[in-house]
Amino acid sequence: MKNMNLYSRGDKIFVRINMVLLALFTISTLYPFIYIAAVSFSSGFAARAGVVVAAPVDTTIAAYKFVLSAPEFWQAYMNTFIYTIGGTLMSLALVIPAAYALSRKQLIGRRFWNLMVAFTMWFNAGMIPFWLNMKDLGLLDSYFGIIIGFAINAFNIILLRNFFESIPESFEEAARLDGANEFQVLWKVFVPLSKPAIVTITLFCVVARWNGFFWAMVLLNDEGKVPLQVYLRKIIAELSDDQEFSASLMSAPYSVETVTAAIIVCSIIPVLLFYPFIQKYFNKGILLGGVKG
Amino acid sequence: MNNFQDKVGWYIRHFKREWQIYAMLAPAIIWFILFLYQPMYGLQIAFKDYSLFKGITGSPWVGFEHFETLFSSDQFMRAVKNTFIISGLTLLFGFPAPIILALMFNEVLNQFFKRTSQTIVYLPHFISTVIIAGIVITAFSPSAGIVNTALGWFGIEPIYFLSKAEWFRPIFIGSGIWQEAGFSSIVFLAAIAGVNPSLYESAMVDGASRWQMIWKITLPSILPTILIMLIIRIGNLLEVSFELIILLYQPATYETADVVNTFIYRQGLQGGQYDLAGAAGLFNAVVAFILVMTANTISRRYSRTSLW
Repeated sequence: MKNMNLYSRGDKIFVRINMVLLALFTISTLYPFIYIAAVSFSSGFAARAGVVVAAPVDTTIAAYKFVLSAPEFWQAYMNTFIYTIGGTLMSLALVIPAAYALSRKQLIGRRFWNLMVAFTMWFNAGMIPFWLNMKDLGLLDSYFGIIIGFAINAFNIILLRNFFESIPESFEEAARLDGANEFQVLWKVFVPLSKPAIVTITLFCVVARWNGFFWAMVLLNDEGKVPLQVYLRKIIAELSDDQEFSASLMSAPYSVETVTAAIIVCSIIPVLLFYPFIQKYFNKGILLGGVKG
Repeated sequence: MNNFQDKVGWYIRHFKREWQIYAMLAPAIIWFILFLYQPMYGLQIAFKDYSLFKGITGSPWVGFEHFETLFSSDQFMRAVKNTFIISGLTLLFGFPAPIILALMFNEVLNQFFKRTSQTIVYLPHFISTVIIAGIVITAFSPSAGIVNTALGWFGIEPIYFLSKAEWFRPIFIGSGIWQEAGFSSIVFLAAIAGVNPSLYESAMVDGASRWQMIWKITLPSILPTILIMLIIRIGNLLEVSFELIILLYQPATYETADVVNTFIYRQGLQGGQYDLAGAAGLFNAVVAFILVMTANTISRRYSRTSLW
């Protein structure tokens, strides 16, 4: 239907203007990343003088050497992997069985349990009671606290439950006749059929875990346990406040700006590597179900 | 009596046969009680003179004292005002952006251009708040940032954007649009994809231009989706992304930047006034609950499909 040859002259102009505007928006979305990458590879002097625009000036990898030589950076990187992998597995282990149980018609009190889950999306006790609760549970400053404390999101349970409910009963009948129990039905029939929905939830979890910073900052005092995002924040705050450090950098080949930019680049790289995988799924329109609710 | 025994017997047989689904549900239910419902019990500190030492139950009741303190505090009232202003402005500028973007994507004929552009504008959604803040701080730095460098080309003196109260909201809302407009357009693109193609065909026969088709066909067709999204947004009006605010604001910009959640964070977690901050949190939660419930009721009435 959309064939340029059928367009009137006015429409052709319209389409071209539209494309130019979109191109401008796309470039301005991309530009901050290019700028940060350029700063990270520039000399400290150039970055401080503000002459970096879109390409490195006095190209150097000094900032990366500085960042990558800090053991705290590697520790934080590893911690992020621990929280992301551990947290995502924990989420799946809790959410999949619960969503299955809630989709079963024979479950007594099904309406009540569903309401109990959904209610947490509408009403939340908030920051302070949650923090005090974590403290009372002895989960401050612990890997396990971060992993378990944010393991379930009511939205994910409901998303998956809806998906399970849409699977026709005929699919499980064969398994039932073979004498499969509920765990087997879930594992051998429902999980394989729900792969798209489970992948969606996994993506939500991974992205949320990878980027999570606020609660990690609030619940973890031990610097050896903080994830990359908290480390990054600390470095940005310290670098820009610490006059002495800034002064010591005057003679160094890197600066506050280049070091910050280098850490940003290092923490974006895994997201970029993972991104085509995410893309593949929302191209298929699967994330949509999630966005729509 | 017989009836009662029948019932008990039925339950025993039921649990014997179906215990597995209860075993699947139990861990999640325990999690909800432990991590979400227990804090709701803890909300009572809003009405208590709470001390960490005495604990929640041991602390004495003080009634509405904390709420009186809050509502007579300039800082809290300022935070409430800022919350509504910031989320109102975000709605005003941030809500139309993805709709316009989706309409623009729909007019692109070159599939390669369309896909590349989409890939790029979706990306910032997956970047963490800390990195967004890092980029903003670097780009807006008075001496080294690109923004002031660019202003310098036009002979404008460097502006210390992040310590100027009047600049906080534009920067915050702008970075929000930069981060989310692309990804939020997916919903509207899906709605556009669902529009009946024969509508465009007959419009074409009538000699309508693309511009007219947007206004007469595309927009009216996706109006239900726009309304639902608008209702959801209004329901979540209090959900200002305070994490970004915490990373970007400073005492000099509290005047325009401090929202209820940052106020709670500062008073409670940084200042140790758990009871006062808890009261502010309860206020926040109740208002948010009313907004969400209202939004849900409205959408149920207009779309027949409820949001949840």
